[in-house]
Amino acid sequence: MEYKLTDVASVIRSKNSGPYELTFDIIFKDFEMYQKVKEANVINEKVFAPLYNIPESDIISLVYFDPAKAVKITIIRPISSGALGETDVYGAQQHAPLMKLKFQL
Amino acid sequence: MEEIRILSPTAILGYGFPMDSFIEGMKRKPHVIAVDAGSTDPGPYYLGAGISFTDKNSVKRDLEIMIPAALEAKIPVIIGTAGGCGGRPHVEFNLEIIKEIAKEKGLNFKLAVIQSEFEKEDIKEKLAQGLISPLFPAKEITEQDVEDTVRIVAQMGEEPFIKALEEGADVILAGRSYDPSVFSALAIKEGFDKGLAIHLGKILECAAIAALPGSGSDCMFGYLQKDCFILEPLSPLRKCTTLSVAAHTLYEKTNPYILPGPGGAINLHESKFEQISDNMVKVSGSKFVPTEEYFVKLEGVRKVGYRTISCAAVKDPIMISKIDEIAQSVKDRVINNFEHYGITDFFLDFKIYGKNGVMAMFDNIEESVGHELLIIIEAVADTQEKANTICGFARSTMLHFGYEGRISTAGNLAFPFSPSDCKVGEVYEFSVYHLLKVDDPAALFPISYIDFKEGK
Repeated sequence: MEYKLTDVASVIRSKNSGPYELTFDIIFKDFEMYQKVKEANVINEKVFAPLYNIPESDIISLVYFDPAKAVKITIIRPISSGALGETDVYGAQQHAPLMKLKFQL
Repeated sequence: MEEIRILSPTAILGYGFPMDSFIEGMKRKPHVIAVDAGSTDPGPYYLGAGISFTDKNSVKRDLEIMIPAALEAKIPVIIGTAGGCGGRPHVEFNLEIIKEIAKEKGLNFKLAVIQSEFEKEDIKEKLAQGLISPLFPAKEITEQDVEDTVRIVAQMGEEPFIKALEEGADVILAGRSYDPSVFSALAIKEGFDKGLAIHLGKILECAAIAALPGSGSDCMFGYLQKDCFILEPLSPLRKCTTLSVAAHTLYEKTNPYILPGPGGAINLHESKFEQISDNMVKVSGSKFVPTEEYFVKLEGVRKVGYRTISCAAVKDPIMISKIDEIAQSVKDRVINNFEHYGITDFFLDFKIYGKNGVMAMFDNIEESVGHELLIIIEAVADTQEKANTICGFARSTMLHFGYEGRISTAGNLAFPFSPSDCKVGEVYEFSVYHLLKVDDPAALFPISYIDFKEGK
């Protein structure tokens, strides 16, 4: 069955983690769905990298965090926060591609 | 001591808090009031320019409540990352506010001022000694990079705070601090578990953001015991839930299980989050794992130039369909026009909102285009005058640019403002984000004291 991430997650957000990293949090609505997603590892480096058109090597960490029923992905910021070419100093509006994510379970 | 109670009034000094929540906090007889006053979130400008990103009156309003209440209760007030960035001018900004409050209220107290800004020569020496290494993904730095840096600060751990507390400080005003340090210092001094103390500090530094509904301008209360800590929001409107607290542990971190800081990291692999009442959560199992060597984090910025921007909008569908080529042609024309005049070294960018403007730092990830566009023309050059020239010329060139297929021949841009161009001033970028190996983490951060007697 196909699921939309926006249907099963209660929080999808992005933020700087220091000036050189961007971090994305996906918090699921319930533990059951979180466990299924975790066991099937449907959110992984291969799925994430193309959403942002980045090489997988730019992903610093992708971690399933049980206490928050969340997946956290941290990547190298394409430019450091506030450098020339910046469009989002806090990195708080970089989550939108995740909102289009669909997956099979 | 069986328990340390900590009041965190607000997420950032100057963000405010409801008086009712603060009174609830004081009723619980805290042993310390602590507040984080800064962040690198607002970007490199504030550290470089030596300016606070929080407003003077807003900071004064918060301290004017916190300091007298703490003095009356005979407990310390600890402020970290003064003035938003913790450099000397930032500490000075906050110090002036404390002096005003002391004078206006005729207060008696001992103030400790802890500095965290380094001289460049000092950093160059440490670089030469091999004590400085980049914090991935930042790059190696050279002596020249240090020379080009406008200001360098280091994040202090709890050690300088403990020293100031031992020396009898009633109020501590510190430069750049690892966010949890201001909350954990007293507890670590009293022998409480460091892993729990820092994890609690990690949550308290954002005050009620970890509650539901979250707020950066409301109080949070922490009870640190021997083998756990408990969080309690102080507004009846909010609740801490295991989920709100666990979710906050993710916030702004690289990896939620390992949270590195000065001298080590807290490890949350064994952390347990338990709901113990309708609005309170208990956390246990967090551990501090020291690193073999003690490292502090350095932050520094360099000056890039001066910026001028112009905002203009486009509605014409033909122009919208060709916007990328038009922007490129305008850029080429600007470069060509000033090539022989002597203005060659500048940055010119068109931020095109309505066409992947917000996420332009990623290449080609959005195809849809809006029915109207906002274009921010941005010029950065080594003087304000040159930035004005480049921005103004790019703006007038784009306004009258004769692109192929154009049928709207009176003007290509809709300006919302007159004047259309805006001088933004100095531009900085982060250039130092490195680790410094230290022997004595307290000695690195000099402390001075001021004794206020009836406000003077």
